[in-house]
Order: sequence, then C-alpha cells, then structure tokens
Amino acid sequence: MATQDAAHAAEASVGMPQIDFSTYPNQIFWLVVSIIVLYFIVAKVALPRIGSVIEDRHNAVANDIEQAAEFKRKAEEAEAAYNAALAEARAQAMQIAGEAKAEIKADVDAAIAKADAEIAAKAAESSVRIEEIRASALKSIEEVAGVAATDIVAAIMPSATDDKALKAAVAARLKG
Amino acid sequence: MSTESTTEEAASAFNIHPMDQFVVHPLFGDGPIQWYTPTNVTLWMALAVLAAFVVLVVGSRGRAMVPSRSQSVAEMTYGFVRKMIEDITGKEGLAYFPHIMTAFLFILFANLLGLLPYSFSTTSHVAVTGVLALTVFLTVTVIGFVKNGPSFIKLFWVSSAPLALRPVLFLIELISYFVRPVSHSIRLGGNLMAGHAVVKVFAGFAGALGIGAVIPITAIVAVYGLELLVAFIQAYVFTILTVVYLNDALHPSH
Repeated sequence: MATQDAAHAAEASVGMPQIDFSTYPNQIFWLVVSIIVLYFIVAKVALPRIGSVIEDRHNAVANDIEQAAEFKRKAEEAEAAYNAALAEARAQAMQIAGEAKAEIKADVDAAIAKADAEIAAKAAESSVRIEEIRASALKSIEEVAGVAATDIVAAIMPSATDDKALKAAVAARLKG
Repeated sequence: MSTESTTEEAASAFNIHPMDQFVVHPLFGDGPIQWYTPTNVTLWMALAVLAAFVVLVVGSRGRAMVPSRSQSVAEMTYGFVRKMIEDITGKEGLAYFPHIMTAFLFILFANLLGLLPYSFSTTSHVAVTGVLALTVFLTVTVIGFVKNGPSFIKLFWVSSAPLALRPVLFLIELISYFVRPVSHSIRLGGNLMAGHAVVKVFAGFAGALGIGAVIPITAIVAVYGLELLVAFIQAYVFTILTVVYLNDALHPSH
C-alpha cells in the first residue's frame, strides 16, 4: 500500500505526463520511425495497389459501356438492314406483279388483235367470194340471156345468125 | 490508528488518477527513458502502423474487380482522402497524397487503438501531435516559397482590404500563420487527452459507488461513443487542415 502510494505520489509529482519533457526525445524518435515506416507502406505498396485496382475497374466499366454501345449500334444496323431488305422485297414484288399484269395485258391485246385480224381477213375473203359469186351469177345471166336471145332470134328469123352483134345487143340491154 | 486507516482507505477509494494512463514507461525493466528505449509509445505506434498495414495492404490483397468488404474499406479510405485533396487543392495537391494519407492513417489508427482498455494513446501527447503539426507547418512553408518564390508573402497581404488596413491585416495574418502549428497540435492532443481522462474519472467513480456505479458506467458508455466519434473527427480535422494549409502554399493569392 505504501509503495503504491509512493508510486502515485511520484506520478502525481509528474502531473501531466504530456509536459514531462524527459520523455519527449523517446516519443519523437519513435514517432519519426513509425511515420517513415508507414509512409513507405502507404507510398510504395498501398496506394499504387489500390489506385491500380480502382483504375482497372474504371477501365473495365468504361469498356463494358463502350461494348454495349457497340452492340446497340450493331442491332440498329441490323434493324436498318432488315427494313431495307423488306422494302426492297416489297418493291420487287410490286414490280413483278406489275410486269405480270403488263405481260398478260400484252398477251390479251395480241390475242384480240390477232382475232380482229383473222375476223377482218375472213370478212375480206367472204366479200371477195360474194363478189365472185355475184360476178359469176351475172355472167351466167348474161350467157343465159344470150343463149335465150339467140334461140329467140333463131326461132323468129333463122337467117340472122350474127352471134357477135347479138351478144353485144344483149350486153347493152343488160347494162341499161 | 484504525480511524486513520479507514479515512485513508476512503481517500484512496476516491483516489482517482486520470492521468496515469498517459505515463510513458519502458516496455522492459524499469530503467530511465532514453531516446531509443522501447516504451509503450513504441508498442502502440507500431500497432497503429500494423493496423494501417492490415486495413490497406492486407485488405486489398485480392485486387478484385468486385471488391470484398475489406477491400471496400481500403478503397473507401483511399477515395476519401484523395477526394478531400482534389476538392480543396485541385490536381496539384495530389503529389502530396501519400504524405497526407500517411498522416491521416497514423492519427486515425492511433486514436482508435487508444480507445482500447489498458491501451496508450500516442496522439494524446503534445510531443507527438506537435511534431506532426510542426512538420506540416515547415513543409507547407517550404512548399509555399519553392512554388511561389517571394510572392508567397502575398498570402498575408490581403489585397481585397482597404489600403490603410492592409499592414494591420498583414500582422494579424502573419501571427495567425505562426499560431497554426500550436492550434493544429493542441486541438488533436487536447481532445484525445480530455476524452480519455473523463472516461478514467467516471471509471474511478464507478469503483467507489458500489451499486450506484450504474450511473457512471452509463456515462462511460456514452462518453466512449462520443470518443469513438472524436477519434474519427480529429483525424479528419487534422488531415483537412493539413490540406487547407497545403492549398494556401499552392495558391497563396486570396
């Protein structure tokens, strides 16, 4: 008890250990040593390592964002290409349909023209035949009339045998 | 005799020694304290350095892209100090990032370790905080003159004030500049010392009050929480003032 009190008394005489200057060299020496050691740990190991990790992460995130943008751009390109292909296909389909329509129309027109031509040809042929028939009919009438006139003339005046004059007379009559 | 001994007992029950915790003593033996003697100062400073090493270096050993918890703590500490320097001084201050980081880590871990029971708070000693503050003061002054030459004096010449006032302000600014290391060191050491002494005083009451000790123990818990906050805040305050002083040296014009 007495020794403890003595120790307390000794410490009490110190008062504030903070202003016990005899310990200052010791504290300052060890402070300098600690700070230098800590400085080397911080400057040579800790900060470069943590800094590089943070930078790597930053780069990785930036890369990922860039890549995502790239993918988005590609998707947009693909969509544009799809739309273009679709529009082209539609245009082509329309063109094919138009061509087919035009072709069919041309065929039909040609068929109609051909039919018209055939009809016209047939009509022309028919009219020629009709003309022929009419002509032959007229000729027959003339012949019949001539023969009849000759016969009649022969019956009435057997002396008159000028066939040529007779025929001319009949033709003149028929024309009149 | 018996009455005398009881009074002595009663006296010793209230014989609180709140400053005993700050006594520097040798780790081995009981001899005089030379400058090289390993003392409790050596032990607790070494532990502070070790704690900083564990948190920053061991904590970040994974170097993971997605950080683990310990790596997050290391990165947060890194980012916290770095951002503080960048916000106050801009990019130029980053050259002193390792130095400021060292000061911050040392003070922070010395403060926190000092809160362990039976520990020794190295940062409660003016010898320690004074050397730290003087180092900051001298370094910043040298940087100021090296970077700006004699125009560093403009720091004290308040050109925005009326001309007649400028010499007076010059004197005031000059005095306040030289008082900086004093306030810088006493603020940290005083806060730590006062808080720890208060805890010790309450602990002394608790020993003497028997069942009534509940009250001082509750007070100790509250003060301990406060001291935990103070440990962080004082490390932060010391660091941010260092950065502000550094900024004055880098950009002395007001």
